[in-house]
Amino acid sequence: MSVRRVMGTEIEYGISVVGQPMANPMVASSQVVNAYASATVRARRARWDFEEESPLRDARGFDMSRQVADPSQLTDEDLGLANVILTNGARLYVDHAHPEYSTPEVTSPLDVVRWEKAGDLVMLDAQRRAAQLPGGTAIVCYKNNTDGKGASYGAHENYLMRRATPFGDVVRHLTPFFVSRPVVAGAGRVGIGQDGRTRGFQISQRADFFEVEVGLETTLKRPIINTRDEPHADPEKYRRLHVIVGDANLAEVSTYLKVGTTSLVLAMIEDRFITTDLTVEGPVAGLRAISHDPTLRQTITLTDGRTVTGVQLQWEYLDLARKYVEDRYGSDADAQTLDVLARWESVLDRLERDPMLCAGELDWVAKLKLLEQYRQRDGLGWDDAKLALIDLQYADIRPEKGLYHRLAGAGRIERLLDDDAVEGAMHDPPTDTRAYFRGRCLEKFSSSVAAASWDSVIFDLPGRESLQRVPTIDPLRGSRAHVGDLLDSCESAEALVAALTR
Amino acid sequence: MAQEQKQPRRSSESEESTTEVTETDVAERKEALDDDVDAILDEIDDVLETNAEDFVKSFIQKGGE
Repeated sequence: MSVRRVMGTEIEYGISVVGQPMANPMVASSQVVNAYASATVRARRARWDFEEESPLRDARGFDMSRQVADPSQLTDEDLGLANVILTNGARLYVDHAHPEYSTPEVTSPLDVVRWEKAGDLVMLDAQRRAAQLPGGTAIVCYKNNTDGKGASYGAHENYLMRRATPFGDVVRHLTPFFVSRPVVAGAGRVGIGQDGRTRGFQISQRADFFEVEVGLETTLKRPIINTRDEPHADPEKYRRLHVIVGDANLAEVSTYLKVGTTSLVLAMIEDRFITTDLTVEGPVAGLRAISHDPTLRQTITLTDGRTVTGVQLQWEYLDLARKYVEDRYGSDADAQTLDVLARWESVLDRLERDPMLCAGELDWVAKLKLLEQYRQRDGLGWDDAKLALIDLQYADIRPEKGLYHRLAGAGRIERLLDDDAVEGAMHDPPTDTRAYFRGRCLEKFSSSVAAASWDSVIFDLPGRESLQRVPTIDPLRGSRAHVGDLLDSCESAEALVAALTR
Repeated sequence: MAQEQKQPRRSSESEESTTEVTETDVAERKEALDDDVDAILDEIDDVLETNAEDFVKSFIQKGGE
């Protein structure tokens, strides 16, 4: 494989009610999600189908018992919180105390960027609608991962992998990659330590919240490699690698490289191409150490005795990936794979010379540059509240207030997609996965869809006593090529289900 | 713009003025850069929340995931 595979992201947004710091975040999150659902979801609102969810399934091959699980891990219980499926195939819902958007399944890094960015616009639209409701308050969402006071919330990535790949290989080869990945994909943070008590700037929003190397948890004792194993696909063939160690990115190049390079590394692991051992001594401490040094000179020690910087460790993976793509595809490599390789190399080369050369592409550098400019002009120390404000406001999703959006709008941060492409993805599903079937069903037959999830669409049809469940267990079926003509030609959900079950 | 860049530099300019030109260039570029930074910060100043300390203090989140 290449950079292409079935993948997607889930973003939990920070949320604040303007002027009411003590407002209940679950209520505010529900208001946002419900405002969007009421305004955009036609007819009945399809509920989420939890049948195939198993959040306590561990990739190492056992189930955690419900009694020992933390209540926050029981995500399969329908808590009655707002939860809708959109016509673009995405899921918009309330997770704990945050509004969350899960992209539909896509097959390329650029499509991850497109449908994740569409999620930012969905959330923006949702918060605006919530403010317009009678008695509505101004609610603002932030695409970041910490409040700087000890709380963290996630930006997760999901990659479909071959089941046959031993999980030990994933842990061995992916851990050093994740320890060093923030130098490319970090979102930047003011404050060091979970509660930010030590002044200074670090590369990653999330690094300080990771405490163990491997584990099932996501809310406590967070692991670098998460073992949650719900493939939402045939479990004999696939696992879904659930990655929780990344930051939420605003910059399109950051997101693109984050998922593009990760997908390539996974391809090498699946094909057993990595024979060098890059195991890091103390990866949890290493992740933090790399994050804490924006000059990128911090070294970590590998078990073979070498000391390397985060950028050097990324070069190791890039060199392997170049050889891998050359070896497997030669001149037939697809354009996006070659583009990811070229951009990855270009970014690493400049990070090594002067990180500031990446201020037009990478979140953490863009943020640091702005902070340094303020420090210089106004003579601010790292403990100045204004710098913490800039950190938070960088992630404000409003184009008129968010500092990322101001910089991108002024052409100071590179875009990979134009506004039309992203706006279209708020409503249109990707065409090359089952998200196409899910999205089109909701768009065309919403009054007949009782529930849906990643692996099913459930119809409630007149004249039928029981609900009709259409399984979508293969993520690559239900694409436009498979069902586009059928969906176009069916005038009713009954006709569609009849044709599918004939 | 691509065409403009392709125009070869005129070599008629005398060698001796090169250093002088370079220094002026650098100074001009630095000035342009400073103006540019001022322009960004002015723009950001306009949209920054007014009371930084209050804002940061009241940004309280619950853990998630």
